[in-house]
Amino acid sequence: MTLGRVSLVVCVVLLALAPLALSPFRLGLLAKYLCFAIVAVGIALAWGRGGMLTLGQGVFFGLGGYAMAMYLKLEEAGSAGLPDFMVWSGVEELPALWKPFGNPVFALAAVVLVPGLVAFLLGLLVFRQRVRGAYFAILSQALAAAFVILLVGQQGLTGGTNGMTNFSRFFGLDLTDPNGQRAVYAIAALVLGVTFLVAKLLVRSRFGRLLVAVRDGEDRVRFLGYDPAVVKTITFTISAVMAGLAGALFVPVVGIISPAMLGIVPSLELLVGVAVGGRFVLAGAIAGAIAVNYAKTLFSEDFAEGWLYLQGGLFVLVLVFAPKGLAGVVESARARWSRKPVEVTA
Amino acid sequence: MTALLEVRGLRVVFDGFAAIDGLDLTVEEGELRFLIGPNGAGKTTLIDVVTGLTKPAAGSVRFGGQELVGRREHRIVRMGVGRTFQTAAVFEELTVVENLDLADTFRLPLRSLLRRRRGVSDAVASALEAADLTALADKPAGVLSHGQRQWLEIGMLLVQRPKLLLLDEPVAGMSRSERERTGELLHRIAATHTVVVVEHDMEFLRKYARKVTVLHQGHVLREGSVAEVQEDPQVREVYLGRAKGKAVT
Repeated sequence: MTLGRVSLVVCVVLLALAPLALSPFRLGLLAKYLCFAIVAVGIALAWGRGGMLTLGQGVFFGLGGYAMAMYLKLEEAGSAGLPDFMVWSGVEELPALWKPFGNPVFALAAVVLVPGLVAFLLGLLVFRQRVRGAYFAILSQALAAAFVILLVGQQGLTGGTNGMTNFSRFFGLDLTDPNGQRAVYAIAALVLGVTFLVAKLLVRSRFGRLLVAVRDGEDRVRFLGYDPAVVKTITFTISAVMAGLAGALFVPVVGIISPAMLGIVPSLELLVGVAVGGRFVLAGAIAGAIAVNYAKTLFSEDFAEGWLYLQGGLFVLVLVFAPKGLAGVVESARARWSRKPVEVTA
Repeated sequence: MTALLEVRGLRVVFDGFAAIDGLDLTVEEGELRFLIGPNGAGKTTLIDVVTGLTKPAAGSVRFGGQELVGRREHRIVRMGVGRTFQTAAVFEELTVVENLDLADTFRLPLRSLLRRRRGVSDAVASALEAADLTALADKPAGVLSHGQRQWLEIGMLLVQRPKLLLLDEPVAGMSRSERERTGELLHRIAATHTVVVVEHDMEFLRKYARKVTVLHQGHVLREGSVAEVQEDPQVREVYLGRAKGKAVT
């Protein structure tokens, strides 16, 4: 077995044992990290493989999260009632936008399709116009800012700054009960596994090679008969769908979704984990996202104000000294290790 | 013979400067044509226009009777026009085989690209051999030498199977032996394809060229065999202005 396989098995075992070893509170935190890890896989695809520095994944995370939250709120309110926050904001009738979200199938489809469609249309528009590099990064960041303003402004529709909270049930699971929480954790772990697998297959496919080619020489790829805009749009859409799924899981895991989790800063935080772990390696991105968010919890408990500085410092350090992240450090260490005997004989 | 490429009344303007002005050019099917001319004559610009990289101010480029002007680059490639660049552009992180495979699969529907590559197609295998890169097949293209990169690029063009190949200075920066092998490769390709080569190297030209077109200040100055062009006093004057009076060597 290769080192990669071994570590994969170890990770799966650790994730499977976590519910037995961790308190419900800690398990909930781990489930939250797994949600961020799902986003990280998408970012590693778009940024690491495709060269699209997306600073606005919070938008897609939010679209998935809100779609899920709307369904859960309607479920809780029952057939006649209104979600609690609407009552407080003086809304008397269920808005038309909300009505289809009472249907669980529609809501689940929306979790995937809404972020996917937004990313697809945006990608077509932007990548066909050959917007790339820093311009794309700025555009995606502006999108995150605009999305938050939109959410905050529509108090009656979205719950405004407070977002939506107080979820007690998730498709028959009791979220206040440790067993329900374990089940939600298991779903998050499973979705992460599937996401990782899909991304891995994609990276290894011919499309994955083409994506790397687009990243390294977009203009050259045109003269091989491919339209780079299509390749980038597909990849961007996939990464958005992953973020949407993560957002939808985040709602039952954490119990809240609000604009504060989707703006520019949270979108950047998603990126920091990927950069630290290594954006070129999927497993590295996952490990980085989990590690950075764990560190955040750790530091926030004892010294909350310091965390932002620490995180910023970490980001700068990684970009300067290990641009390929931890995965890059591991890789070069392995290369040195396996090269050693050759150097001795030479 | 029928005309494969017909350029008529072409005009290309960069910031008010006409890089190509009233250029007409016809390349017949099966031809091996060399394009020469002093720096700034518009050779590379012409290739850029044919392949869709540069939009002309006026004129038409017809390929097999169909207009190319206004089409997007990858569409032109799909119609059967392939090109190389002055500085060989290969994908360094991909292996040699993956580079060639990429040039092969653009005809496949996108969804079949979602599968992994299994083995090597016949086209890729024969291009590997033609480019003499079989031993390096699974090495990343980043380790190749300059000459090998040029061959890999030509190999990618072969795999692409275009009807018309446009090579922009394929032997620039190559060693003598590399030039010779490139020349042989070129002749082999020209046996089955229509090829247009932009080249500065006079020795290479004399050895491998059949028909030559001399460009000067964005239009065609002279067209003919290597000997005819070399004897032409006007060509000598503009092309080797500083060496006036001397034979073209």
